[in-house]
Amino acid sequence: MELNYTGASNLARVLREGHFAVAVEVSPPIGPNPAALQRQIAELRGYADVYNTTDNQSARVHMGSLPASIMLKQAGLEPVAQFTCRDRNRLALQSDLLGAAAFGINTVLAISGDHVAMGDHPHAKPVYDVDSLNLVRMIRMMRDGPVFENGEPIPKTAPDFFIGAVENPFAPPHEFRPVRVAKKVAAGAQFIQTQLIYNVPRFREFMARIVDLGLHEKVAILAGVGPLRSPKAIAYMRAEVAGMDIPEWIDARFAKATTKEEREKVGLDLCCEIAAQIREIEGVRGLHIMTVNWSAAIPQVVTALGLYPRP
Amino acid sequence: MSVRSFLQDHPKPLVWAWELTLRVLRWSRPVLARLGLERASWWLRTPEMLIKKPLFDCRECGQCVLHYTGMTCPMTCPKQLRNGPCGGVRANGHCEVYPDKPCVWVQAWERSARTPYRAEMTRLNPPVDWRIEGLSSWVTHTLERDAITTGNDPAVRYADEVLEGRSWN
Repeated sequence: MELNYTGASNLARVLREGHFAVAVEVSPPIGPNPAALQRQIAELRGYADVYNTTDNQSARVHMGSLPASIMLKQAGLEPVAQFTCRDRNRLALQSDLLGAAAFGINTVLAISGDHVAMGDHPHAKPVYDVDSLNLVRMIRMMRDGPVFENGEPIPKTAPDFFIGAVENPFAPPHEFRPVRVAKKVAAGAQFIQTQLIYNVPRFREFMARIVDLGLHEKVAILAGVGPLRSPKAIAYMRAEVAGMDIPEWIDARFAKATTKEEREKVGLDLCCEIAAQIREIEGVRGLHIMTVNWSAAIPQVVTALGLYPRP
Repeated sequence: MSVRSFLQDHPKPLVWAWELTLRVLRWSRPVLARLGLERASWWLRTPEMLIKKPLFDCRECGQCVLHYTGMTCPMTCPKQLRNGPCGGVRANGHCEVYPDKPCVWVQAWERSARTPYRAEMTRLNPPVDWRIEGLSSWVTHTLERDAITTGNDPAVRYADEVLEGRSWN
């Protein structure tokens, strides 16, 4: 596939070399103590090509995505700095992007972001000065111009960004989702990370449409997968995580598991089964592995899928 | 069903009204240009709002894209998204923030199919220019101060350029 990118992003290198890519999600801590982040760094090192740092995920206040990405970079892991449109206007987004570039963070992801009403500061002002598509476009302008959003040139050095965006194949209107991917590709997106996939048939339909539209040759789709730890975690995700589609047959799989160990085994097996099915779907270039407070499971999933060690 | 949503679900009369408005605006362009952006806006904002508030719950962004979005105002989206729905749309097509309300973009997608402007669904709408918020969009459009609907912004492109003629509709 054509990447239209010559920079240093590790994700781009892995895709360019034709490998099946692995990205994993790292959650910056709620609080100033970096220990939780350092624990995830130690657990996950070597099991992915890139590591996404979430940006105030679920609209709850966390340590920033950018400082977390810097910590990862300094520990020798290649970060994907996530940028939501919820908390910052064009100036703040661009200044953080410049900061990312200064620290050698060259893989970035643009998202609208969950609305503040869904989080722990529902009384805060949602920003959305630009939407995710225009954030993608702005990042491309900064790299390819190189100009700022106002059209003024960026002096001396152009920042190096491999640009990502997201899509949720499970949210209505289903027919619009692939078209929206096309819009993001036209704006400059080079890889797409999807929402967590539990409804494989629906994802298949989405990917078939992506292939029909020829988008699988223009953008690398990284399919979102993640192990579910317990029926309680499923209930939490259905209620709290925006745009989740967890079919009922999954609950039945957990019904027989009585102990914590059994439940975790069911969760891991399920994740690997789904990931194996997804891997066979045309146009899928890699996985994006996410968990809810269960990063220790990620090395097991990556190893079980035969994706360890990473290139 | 309210009168508002009935009209938006059957947008033909609204499309005619918009096209008539466009014709009148084009005809009155010299007058508007003479008055200038601010003063022309002062005169036209009230009549525009008298129509658009009750019909579309208009948020006065000053750069109206209603005709491109199936006569559904994207500024009524809690995230004010102008390029399609976010990933939080519920399985029943309702908004993640307001579970009782249908997603603005689910409606825009359905309704735009009943207008002559369906092709605009692939349009890359540039971000809002907040300087003209609160001005009459009839004036900003006619005087080409509104980069979004007049296409003056270089970001106004279409996803069709990556689709290479493949049909998306």
